[in-house]
Amino acid sequence: MNSKSKKVTRENKFLTWIKNYSYSIATIILLIIIWELGVKLFDIKEYLLPAPSVVWKKIVKNFPLLLEYSRVTAWEILVGYLLSIVIGIPMGLMIFYSRFLERIIYPLLVASQTIPKIALAPLLIIWFGWGIWPKIVVSFLIAFFPIVVDTVVGLKQTEPEMIYLVRSMGANRAQIFFKISLPNALPNIFGALKVASTLAVVGAVVGEFVASDSGLGYLLVVSQGYLDTASMFAGIVFLSLLGIIFFFIIEVIERIALPWKVEKESILHSATM
Amino acid sequence: MTAKTLIKIDNVSKTYITSKEDIQALEAVNLDIKESEFVSLVGPSGCGKSTLLMLISGLYPATTGTIQIKDEPVLKPYTNLGIVFQKDMLLEWRSVLDNVLLQVEIRRLNRSDYLDTAKSLLENVGLGNFLDRYPRELSGGMRQRVSICRALLHNPSLLLMDEPFGALDAITRDQMNLDLERVWEQSRKTVFFVTHSVPEAIFLSDRILVMSPRPGSIVADIKVDLPRPRTLYIRDLPEFSEYNRQIRTIFREQGILIDEQGKEKGMLTQSPSSDVDY
Repeated sequence: MNSKSKKVTRENKFLTWIKNYSYSIATIILLIIIWELGVKLFDIKEYLLPAPSVVWKKIVKNFPLLLEYSRVTAWEILVGYLLSIVIGIPMGLMIFYSRFLERIIYPLLVASQTIPKIALAPLLIIWFGWGIWPKIVVSFLIAFFPIVVDTVVGLKQTEPEMIYLVRSMGANRAQIFFKISLPNALPNIFGALKVASTLAVVGAVVGEFVASDSGLGYLLVVSQGYLDTASMFAGIVFLSLLGIIFFFIIEVIERIALPWKVEKESILHSATM
Repeated sequence: MTAKTLIKIDNVSKTYITSKEDIQALEAVNLDIKESEFVSLVGPSGCGKSTLLMLISGLYPATTGTIQIKDEPVLKPYTNLGIVFQKDMLLEWRSVLDNVLLQVEIRRLNRSDYLDTAKSLLENVGLGNFLDRYPRELSGGMRQRVSICRALLHNPSLLLMDEPFGALDAITRDQMNLDLERVWEQSRKTVFFVTHSVPEAIFLSDRILVMSPRPGSIVADIKVDLPRPRTLYIRDLPEFSEYNRQIRTIFREQGILIDEQGKEKGMLTQSPSSDVDY
């Protein structure tokens, strides 16, 4: 009986998934069809707007290159992103725990955000050369700010009564942090990680725009030079796929780390159904 | 029956020092609370009721005076107690059972030793079927029951409750009063109960302390002589109305309740069994 009910819920989940995404998938397919027909009907020049079928042919033809460039860009994004996590979260902790550091770091951090990171890219080329590092640094600089801020905000959310309660149980600082403050901050931190994952993509591509010899951003710049619009679209498709994959990975980790939050969502779904 | 004194509060005052001004919350509070006594503290909002509770718990230091529990001065957070706040303070990422067991986890006690106690406490308040649920799946009353179970798990000698039912609707509140009364009959712990509902205080308590507006001090100490175990019917007893009237009169003398018509008639119009908050 137990396994049967489990099967039912799994089927339900699949049906819900289909239901949730069927509209958006249908919309995308419809847009592609309109696009294809529109280009044919109005005889739009390929360098202005290539038809989806042309883009698709380009993707098939250049698949190995696109894959190789995706690998390069993905690596830049990944390293920049991980750096922003590894530096951003501890920095958030320091700001939260030390009033002194909060006074020193926080204003600097906010001031630094007024500088457009993209404007720093040419400077970073001078400092770090043509290799992978300037892209990683731009990616890191864009992605890490929301992580720091949301870590601080999340940690500050713990209600004072909660701290009083566990202190009356004899809790020490480590217990308060690991059992109360940190889990309490996790939804905020994960929210920031999702935002940062898309920002990291932007950072890497901007870095490639400025100076590079491979990667999807490089492909866009070079294709533009040749008015090879179809290749540009192919590059954009792969970039958005990269972004979606990164976002999805974080989402999966979040669902595993915060099962109680998913529970809330499923209640919402069952309520609206 | 001569019960021993559990809490001894001697000339305690509390002043909060802020950058703008110093706020005196409590002024010269003297108080003894006996073992197994259910004591309620009523008074207007912001009079320092919660402050006194926090001073007893050792979570706030007193500005002057001393607080002793079992003849030991309270100088740091006192741990042989359970606390229930107005907000249930459940951890959303823990199941009902794990929320109750937080108590033994923080105290580094053996979880398996308390598993049965936790389950029976939850069953006792009708949550036996909700052990694996997350807090957000429960109603406000159910959540507060969980937090009461958590406060009782380690069998403390003292229970501090700070307006625990203040956020609940009137019917749930009545039920919670009944349940708390029943649980208290079973365990007879010392309870220090802060509320702004006079009927609630009369219903639950052996003794009611009335606090003046800020700076708070205790202006009346009323022994409630009503039979136990108590049911909702005691609210219809004339004695119940009499206690209610007595406390209202004190409130009026303190300038907490202003009722010009009542003054003229020399009495206040009242409905004895209503659950009016002050």
